[in-house]
Amino acid sequence: MTPAKPGANFASDPQHPDARLPSSGERERPVGEHISTIVANHWVNDEYKHLVLDVPAPAVRAAAGQFFNLLCPSPDDLELWVRRPMSIYARREQEGRLEFLYKREGRGTLGLAHMGEGQELNIVGPLGHGFELDPAWKNIVVLGRGVGLATLAPLSQLAAENGVGVTALLSARNESLAMSGELFGSLGAEVVPLLDTDGTSSLENVEAILLELIEAGRAHAFFTCGSDRLLFLMKRLAHEHGIPGQVAVEQAMACGLGPCYICVKTFEVDGELVLRRVCREGPVFDMQEAVGW
Amino acid sequence: MVDLSVRIGDVELANPVMPASGTFSYEFADVIDLNRLGALVAKTLSREFRAGNPTPRMAETEAGIIQSIGLPGRGVDYFLDEMLPEYKRYTPPLVVSISAQTAEDFAAMARDVSVPGVDVIEVNISCPTRDPSGGNYALHTDNTFKAISGIRAVTDKPVWAKLSPNAGDLVSIALAAEEGGADAVVVANTFLSLKINTDTFRPALGNRFGGLVSPALKPIVLRMVYQIAQESSIPIIGLGGVTKAEDVVEYMLAGASAVGVGYAAFRNPTALPAIIDDLERWCGERNIERVRDLTGAVRDDIEKDTHVAASARVQAGALGASPPPEETEQ
Repeated sequence: MTPAKPGANFASDPQHPDARLPSSGERERPVGEHISTIVANHWVNDEYKHLVLDVPAPAVRAAAGQFFNLLCPSPDDLELWVRRPMSIYARREQEGRLEFLYKREGRGTLGLAHMGEGQELNIVGPLGHGFELDPAWKNIVVLGRGVGLATLAPLSQLAAENGVGVTALLSARNESLAMSGELFGSLGAEVVPLLDTDGTSSLENVEAILLELIEAGRAHAFFTCGSDRLLFLMKRLAHEHGIPGQVAVEQAMACGLGPCYICVKTFEVDGELVLRRVCREGPVFDMQEAVGW
Repeated sequence: MVDLSVRIGDVELANPVMPASGTFSYEFADVIDLNRLGALVAKTLSREFRAGNPTPRMAETEAGIIQSIGLPGRGVDYFLDEMLPEYKRYTPPLVVSISAQTAEDFAAMARDVSVPGVDVIEVNISCPTRDPSGGNYALHTDNTFKAISGIRAVTDKPVWAKLSPNAGDLVSIALAAEEGGADAVVVANTFLSLKINTDTFRPALGNRFGGLVSPALKPIVLRMVYQIAQESSIPIIGLGGVTKAEDVVEYMLAGASAVGVGYAAFRNPTALPAIIDDLERWCGERNIERVRDLTGAVRDDIEKDTHVAASARVQAGALGASPPPEETEQ
């Protein structure tokens, strides 16, 4: 198989296996393999890029917390063998666009980072089981760090649509990495940056803030992603105070649909350790069952 | 109109393209029409619940992925009660893959899954990581014969033996499976492999060893299919590195009656129907009316391009330009 290079254009090579979709005329299915077009792929800080894709209509009907499996191009002369799962940062139904926020870290995201406007990207999705929001909740608390901030971002939209208030605690090494604050803020959330630079991200401080929110009756549910330490803190407080919670986790994947069982993670259910597939049963799980994000 | 149908013994397939066991389940219906596939192939079943191997279960290498899943599953009863009905919502024949530790349990498993709705029993005697030494039934002719003949004795279902490319003499293993009563051989499972992380000095996989999955395997497995086809008289399902219609054709020319597709559906979930579409087009463009005619149609009658052969052609005037001078009588 010829490696898909950054800049590969499927329209110019329709016989490439990654451009070859089966004959149309089928009924629509929950998941699709789509060719999307890159609208923008910009740096938002030193580590993260913001990817905006033009996608076919079925792809944009994704739920908060779901993900897509992106066929990132190889960044070098070697093949990249499996897709890279990436949770949705935002979706724009009117414009037919999906947005992702990703950290340039391994070969997949390095290859993706090389891509530019107008280039095509093969995506599979929407996949997985997303966040659940009970409209009866008055206010939810969202606590994320690192790439987790991107995964939690769609909760801002979901909460706004359901008239649920949000307090977004965004933990990061410094201010430039405290992403998605604007997104949450623009939809009416109370945004609290928690930074390593001024010590506000310390576990003690985060615990104090969470306790205040519980005390004030503004923590009807907890959501977290991106840090084991923050997960364990939230999980403990949620357990002590009887607050429902959800966590989005990550794991390397192959098929993204369930059958391969490569992306399993351990969960604790009724005192027993069980393996669950992040792609199928997740990526959003009950916080009390998680033993790591 | 191209006739894509093929037969594997008594089993009729609408086309020769099916998923590889372990890479597929009815969950693929989320993205493709399962009724388009030549067969449905369930993940390998064990008798009891198996959690599978520790993570990481997959690592990328220069020329493919290595993976070690460890046959996770909820056991045969759960399969029959809960999963079989899901598969039977679709029309293609259902291949149920089984694994066991002893020949006796293989037979018992085969008996248990010999129920209406199961069209074929695939005997996975070749999972590369099931045994710590990398060994398994499919590495030895006597063990292969024992497992397959034990199964043959207890079931009337078609039995396909899934062989290991890690066996030294795969032709003998295939013949042992045939002698044991297999209706077909699946050639082949994954190649036992190892990747070591040079930062941590640790194996990249939680289970240390894994099976290599890659388009790079196609020429190797194709050679195996060819060699087995020369000696064995039962159908072969070629499995290894198929990503496009021409790969299906190549396997069939080498002697396969059908092919399995694994990795390609990880990369492109729509790969199987796309390959089937392409295969139909490929045949149509060449006026090949029946795809099954491709099986074993490799042209092996080529002359060897040796000096002796070339000289003989010159002697015989085969090159045409200047006929050899007639010998004159002395």
